[in-house]
Amino acid sequence: MTAEKSQMRRYWLPFLSVLCFAAASPAHAYIAYISNEKGNTVSVIDTDKWAVTATIKVGQRPRGIEFTRDGKFVMVAVGDDDTIQVIDTKTQQIVDTLPSGPDPELFTQDAAGKTLYVANENDNTVTVIDIQKRTRIGSIQVGVEPEGMAISPDGKILINTSETTNMAHFIDTSKREVVASVLVDPRPRFAEFKHDGSELWVSSEIGGTVSIIDPVKHVVTGKVTFSIPGLRSEAIQAVGLGITKDDRTVFVALGPANRVAIVDGKTHEVKKYLLVGQRVWHMAFTPDEKYLLTTNGISNDVSVIDVAAQKVIKTIQVGELPWGVTISP
Amino acid sequence: MIRALIGAIGLIFMATQALATDPLEVGIGYLRHAGVKETLSLVEQPAQNNGVAGALLAIEDNNTTGKFLNQHFTLTEVRLKQGDDVAAAANKLADHDGFIILDLPTDETLKVADTLRDRGTVLLDAGSIDDRLREQDCRANVVHVAPTRTMLADALGQYLVWKQWKRWLLVVGSHDNDKLYADALRRTASRFGAKIVQERTFQDTGGARRTDSGVTLIQRQMPVFTQQAPAYDVLVAADESEVFASYLPYRTWDPRPVAGSAGLVATSWDASHDQWGATQIQNRFVKLNSRHMTALDMQAWTATRIVGEAVSRTNSGDPKTVFAFIKGKDFSVAAFKGQRLTLRDWNLQLRQPILLSDGRMVVSVSPQEGFLHQFSELDTLGIDRPETKCRLQ
Repeated sequence: MTAEKSQMRRYWLPFLSVLCFAAASPAHAYIAYISNEKGNTVSVIDTDKWAVTATIKVGQRPRGIEFTRDGKFVMVAVGDDDTIQVIDTKTQQIVDTLPSGPDPELFTQDAAGKTLYVANENDNTVTVIDIQKRTRIGSIQVGVEPEGMAISPDGKILINTSETTNMAHFIDTSKREVVASVLVDPRPRFAEFKHDGSELWVSSEIGGTVSIIDPVKHVVTGKVTFSIPGLRSEAIQAVGLGITKDDRTVFVALGPANRVAIVDGKTHEVKKYLLVGQRVWHMAFTPDEKYLLTTNGISNDVSVIDVAAQKVIKTIQVGELPWGVTISP
Repeated sequence: MIRALIGAIGLIFMATQALATDPLEVGIGYLRHAGVKETLSLVEQPAQNNGVAGALLAIEDNNTTGKFLNQHFTLTEVRLKQGDDVAAAANKLADHDGFIILDLPTDETLKVADTLRDRGTVLLDAGSIDDRLREQDCRANVVHVAPTRTMLADALGQYLVWKQWKRWLLVVGSHDNDKLYADALRRTASRFGAKIVQERTFQDTGGARRTDSGVTLIQRQMPVFTQQAPAYDVLVAADESEVFASYLPYRTWDPRPVAGSAGLVATSWDASHDQWGATQIQNRFVKLNSRHMTALDMQAWTATRIVGEAVSRTNSGDPKTVFAFIKGKDFSVAAFKGQRLTLRDWNLQLRQPILLSDGRMVVSVSPQEGFLHQFSELDTLGIDRPETKCRLQ
């Protein structure tokens, strides 16, 4: 190779890569961030290439992860460092921390993206944070080992599940007080409202069920149970949930059953089980709801589900023990 | 007259109001002996509150939940002294507590069960691993939270077989409990296809647990004791009495790992267990007690949580109602073992995964992969329904 040619190549390379990137990035490409609980990293996935494009070193034991509403930052709870780190999505650098209180795990934010509610697993507490000012503005006492967090579509009610107390606590967001507590099956891990606010779905890991709660009457009105031929019932452990915008379909991660159940949002019947990776934890839809990404803890990968076809179409290797996932708005 | 009537109505109103706000009180008793046994290793020396500290943590956990349900739990601990009448103590506890956690030797557990048979008290055995209490001497008023010897032996044996360490040199202590553990290990070996290539007995000749020049002597004794053994993969020691097993690791004539009562030990809990959310309870325990959580602490925590869980589900403190729920098919309890724990309906033994610990880390958790069962893989550990001698009455 002559010196001239080599120089020529060097000259063209950036152009080529820019062209490639542009061609491969039509409007619907999203960026997914995966927290790797053991790896102490966050994997960044381009949903168009379905490949990891960056790996960001974060604090210890990253689990709960969520985009800020404006899409500029990703917040990740690093439990063993007792803080939430803020990643700038432009530079992929940690630029700030939030005063989360001890051992933050899952968190949720209001519709405006102003207030963040954090479950402090070690402290029986929910911490309230002003996201803009990065300050702690309050705390609420809840049951033993708070975990799942959800906010009602009207923003008036915050839900926290406590794993050893086995309850979904209903918290009035204006008064910051527990107004009702509903018993569910053992070890409730995740909660999510239907988009129309008519039902609250709460998964129980050890109970292996999903309770459906009437958010007005505060009673359990239904329960989804799972049964997979050839699998003992103890291996079926409901964890993460994903509800489609039309509230018609609910995806339920079943942990060591290595499957995601597809549940009819209306009849609460299980329609199908999709085989994903090992110990499936959490999930997130792409904003166009074409795809659903699940984190598979033990197999260290992410499964991509085609939502309409109800099929797993791809598996992407990420860091060690992937736990949470969030996708750019 | 009218004024008196209004006053009376007012009083009734106040009384009902008080009733509505008074929490449901649930008393749990805890019966044990004072004093703790001497261990060979100083770091394993149990604290005076071994066990009861776990129950107290569960009382806190139950009360955090109880705050939302208007239920309140209390624990009354009785430490028996030498010569105390265990039956009298149990009767006295049963006067105010519908539930009693027992950490007693086998015969005393039986005595308490029979004494309280007609009183409706629910007993939770947190301390005895004796299979006899779940088999020929099972009692309908006792729930067994502690794992059995056969469960512990099977948990260890499954791992050794999985590891392809199938040739065992079995060393048995000279006390009754040691012999019972050796029986369980022999049963395990024949169930899972291991071979005991030779058995040796380590005679307890007495002597102090701690001496100033102990190590020098032990270093000479142990290699000699284990020499000229047939080819073996692992030395399995049955020494519940803590006489010799802890002296074996690194001192065997042949370079072989040690398991059983030292080295790799099967246990219901270990201070290093951090899977399945266990870090949370370990942290809560250390914060409360400034020491690590032991297997007995965990067994007592689980016993207390079983009561708390059933009371929260039934919204009742009545032992009969709560016991019916505990024995029912909807009952399960979460205890940081990665799956729900349920009761074997034929002898009221709690099914549970068993940890295998080397004292610093959890090496594995049994049942091991590949040990299958038609009902629950947890029933591959210990005496199963078809073999049971228990007839609950």
